[in-house]
Amino acid sequence: MILLGYPELASVALLVLALAGTSWAMNLGVGRRVLIAALRTVIQLGLIGLVVKSLFELRQPWLVALVALGMLAAAGREVVARQKRRLKGPWGFGVGAGAMFVSSFTVTLFGLLVVLKPDPWWHPQYAIPVAGMLLGNTMNGVSLAMGQVTEAAFKERPVIEARLLLGQTAREAMGDIRREAMRVGLMPIINTMAAAGLVSLPGMMTGQILAGGDPLEASKYQIMIIFMIAAGTGFGVVAAVWVSAARLFDERDRLRPERLTSSGR
Amino acid sequence: MTQALLEVQGLCFLDYQPVDLFLNPGEILGLEGASGAGKSLLFKALVDLIPCRGEVRLAGRSRSLMPAAHWRRQVGYLSAESAWWADRVGEHFKGDVSAQLQSLGLPLESLDWPVAQCSTGERQRLALVRLLENQPKVLLLDEPSAALDPGNVGKLEQLIFDFVRQPGQAVVLTSHDPSQLERMVGRRYRVAQKRIEAL
Repeated sequence: MILLGYPELASVALLVLALAGTSWAMNLGVGRRVLIAALRTVIQLGLIGLVVKSLFELRQPWLVALVALGMLAAAGREVVARQKRRLKGPWGFGVGAGAMFVSSFTVTLFGLLVVLKPDPWWHPQYAIPVAGMLLGNTMNGVSLAMGQVTEAAFKERPVIEARLLLGQTAREAMGDIRREAMRVGLMPIINTMAAAGLVSLPGMMTGQILAGGDPLEASKYQIMIIFMIAAGTGFGVVAAVWVSAARLFDERDRLRPERLTSSGR
Repeated sequence: MTQALLEVQGLCFLDYQPVDLFLNPGEILGLEGASGAGKSLLFKALVDLIPCRGEVRLAGRSRSLMPAAHWRRQVGYLSAESAWWADRVGEHFKGDVSAQLQSLGLPLESLDWPVAQCSTGERQRLALVRLLENQPKVLLLDEPSAALDPGNVGKLEQLIFDFVRQPGQAVVLTSHDPSQLERMVGRRYRVAQKRIEAL
């Protein structure tokens, strides 16, 4: 494995700086955002590297759980921030974080207890990367799907109400919207599965090969991870779509658009 | 004294005064009021589509004892503007509606029409046919003939007369056409200044 030095790392940072410089020169208006995001990457990944390293040394299960919950909270915040219209009050965060908690953590537990079986099963070398991979992908699916539900419920209010007026239940009236939201939420992982290895090597596999791992082992790991991501995202999207669609109606099957925030952040 | 078909006691919604009204079987009740006075809101409250409190009974049965979807199939509200979710008209119907289409002057082929190509008047009549498929007991009609030419207005009025002739059925109607109200309606209520009162 070729160890990465700080001067080499800095040389890659020059590429990002060049991109920001180009944006300024051409007045594209994304330079600032690129730089801030890059800076966040450096700080966040640096910190998580330190955190995982100290987790390895401390070997405390409750610390692993704490870090995993911290990651979940960040993912929940991100889901809320990505939506144009979101559920008011604690629901926006709660539904997204709850769906990710149930799906990502269940699949992570499955992966640790049934598939990888490290000793101890909560060993941070396995638990943290697997949970992170699952949360990150589930977060994408959940935020896309919830955004789709809330936006469609707002825009298609006349159609939903017409269906209610014809005696459909809230569940029936939301059927098309729920299906579309599921499709939107699952499309990224379905595309990933379909194109895996053809167009590009997935990030995790690339990392493993670059770090000197056996390519065949890397493939096996990647397949396992992709399947877990598919299951985690899928169940997370199902839960998030179901609960947020239900939250838009009351006990008398009335659409309650006032439970959504207005558009804009 | 015969029992009212629809009884409303203390129906509260938004900032309107509590509504009391009744509708007898076989009756066509008129609902008057300027645009924006709240006629459509009253209809929506009657079908439980907007948050509201109060007692509403159909043939003695309280709506709070049945699921909202069940209630809305029996008390059918035809809103002034219809909404459609599938591409073709026919996809919105469950069974055979040829007789109803015919009585409103719509050809059978209308089931194959793309919704987007229907005129407002065609959509309005198709929406009524769609509503009638549920075999409602009470029809709440919000400007049902607003976009119709005189021939089709006649057909629509005939359909409404035939509807209330069935036992245990009645209609509440709004219209901007005074002569239509004159022809069709007996008792009237008026919506004005957040109040609904019998005339």
